[in-house]
Amino acid sequence: MIRFDRVAKRYPNGREALAALSFEIPAGEMVFLTGRSGAGKSTVLRLISLLERPTRGQVLVNGQDTGRLPPRLIPAFRRQIGMVFQDHKLLTERSIYDNVALPLIVAHTSLREVDKRVRAALDQVGLLDRLRALPLELSVGEQQRVGIARAVVSKPPLLVADEPTGNLDPQLSCEVMNLFRRFRDVGVTVVVATHDMQLVREAGLREIVLADGKLQDIHVADVPTLEVRR
Amino acid sequence: MSGYFARHLQALLFAAGRLARAPVATALTVLVIAIALTLPSSFALLISSVRSVSSDFANAVDVTVYFKRDTAIEKVQQLASSARGRSGVGSVKVIPADKALEQFRKDSGFGAALEALTDNPLPHAMDVRPTAGATSPADLESLKRYLSAWPEVELVQVDSEWVLRLNAILDLMRRIVLGSAGLLGVGVVAVIGNTIRLEIYSRRAEIEITKLVGGSNAFVRRPFLYTGVFYGGLGAALAAVLVWSGGHLLDAPVARLARSYGSDFALASPTWGQVGLLLAIGAGLGLIGAFLSASRHLARIEPRP
Ligand SMILES: Nc1ncnc2c1ncn2[C@@H]1O[C@H](COP(=O)(O)OP(=O)(O)O)[C@@H](O)[C@H]1O
Ligand SMILES: [Mg+2]
Repeated sequence: MIRFDRVAKRYPNGREALAALSFEIPAGEMVFLTGRSGAGKSTVLRLISLLERPTRGQVLVNGQDTGRLPPRLIPAFRRQIGMVFQDHKLLTERSIYDNVALPLIVAHTSLREVDKRVRAALDQVGLLDRLRALPLELSVGEQQRVGIARAVVSKPPLLVADEPTGNLDPQLSCEVMNLFRRFRDVGVTVVVATHDMQLVREAGLREIVLADGKLQDIHVADVPTLEVRR
Repeated sequence: MSGYFARHLQALLFAAGRLARAPVATALTVLVIAIALTLPSSFALLISSVRSVSSDFANAVDVTVYFKRDTAIEKVQQLASSARGRSGVGSVKVIPADKALEQFRKDSGFGAALEALTDNPLPHAMDVRPTAGATSPADLESLKRYLSAWPEVELVQVDSEWVLRLNAILDLMRRIVLGSAGLLGVGVVAVIGNTIRLEIYSRRAEIEITKLVGGSNAFVRRPFLYTGVFYGGLGAALAAVLVWSGGHLLDAPVARLARSYGSDFALASPTWGQVGLLLAIGAGLGLIGAFLSASRHLARIEPRP
């Protein structure tokens, strides 16, 4: 699903965020991307979702070479990736319903289909009863779940999350992880960047460890991937 | 409802909603646009009013021939009948000096003062009216030369000259109005483009998020295009109201003035067709302004991670 081949990324200010990074994530797998702050985790996710292009090397996502994708095809490319952010990136003036509907609206889905899918997605994250609320009327954990519902509403084959539990307490973090795991179970490839090592250890999933923009280690899952309960 | 039309309807309602939520700012922009559209529209209407009147006169050209004071009336009658024989001459009417004086006494109101005259100061004259097909400037010039050639003739005056001059002035004014309408149109495009630019940057976060979830440039542009069309259309509607009510305010005084000159000149009211044209021009300018501005500025807004 995702392949990085000797990828380097240099930001316009000259900062070399990644250097000759290579790894592969097979379709249908859930993987953690870990490393200290500044290691390059967010940069990897930005390269996957084409918010940035590689300076050198090749990034392949779902068979597409992101470095060669013409700008006019970027919107369609992004529609096959669900993105979850630490700061949720919700439209604060629009209802929960409208926020979750946005990826379907931009894809010209029929209104009837939009309604069906938005309700299904909100049901999956347990917020079906809040669809008329505005984002800021919800708790941080609920806002994060709205972000997740929006990321999965169009059933993308790939879900990327950048520090999705950064603002959540351990209990909520655990719930979010279990949500991701359920999407993995129905065939979605999931990539989660985090520096929450406890969360990673408990999850017992494959882990790609970055340090200074280079691959430091790949931990293979050593615990059966059961739902974690605390 | 198909997704496509639903999307347009949604963009349209959304654009309308945003305008309605900022009524003062919207009203000011619409007012500026309306003023820019009112000026050329009302001038164009005024010119077409004047033109429709002057074209009535254009075919009623009169050539007046004044004879030398000592010319005998018999000689005048004789010259009149030879003028009648010339091609291009429709009718000839002789005005003897005494008739002219009588008329002048009646019309001028100087009756008593003129009683004091022992001598008639007016010459004999005749009115020559060309046939309808012989009123071009060249025809009139040749007729004038023919009449001036008689030694008894003092002066030949072509009364159509003012019509020709008026037409030339109207033509010039029409060009000036067209030129300034073009400039004001560019101004309207710029005003709408700038308003849209401000709106785009005030909604930057929303645009970034929409692009983040895969919204194309065309998708994020659409509501701004509707906003531009609304501004232009509302401005044009207000301009039509201003032109119409301005015309009605001036209608009575202009008619009174015209009557005192013996004319039935009246200001034309805009027709529904002209109002429709004005609305289409306003909406079109709005669309152009919004399109230029949105294409330029939306491409620069990319999602920041
Ligand atoms: N937009 C940017 N411009 C310049 N430097 C950046 C930018 N984004 C990240 N960096 C730098 O690149 C390095 C990797 O950053 P990042 O990918 O955000 O790491 P992480 O997400 O692991 O904390 C850091 O040193 C950071 O300062
Ligand atoms: Mg980061």
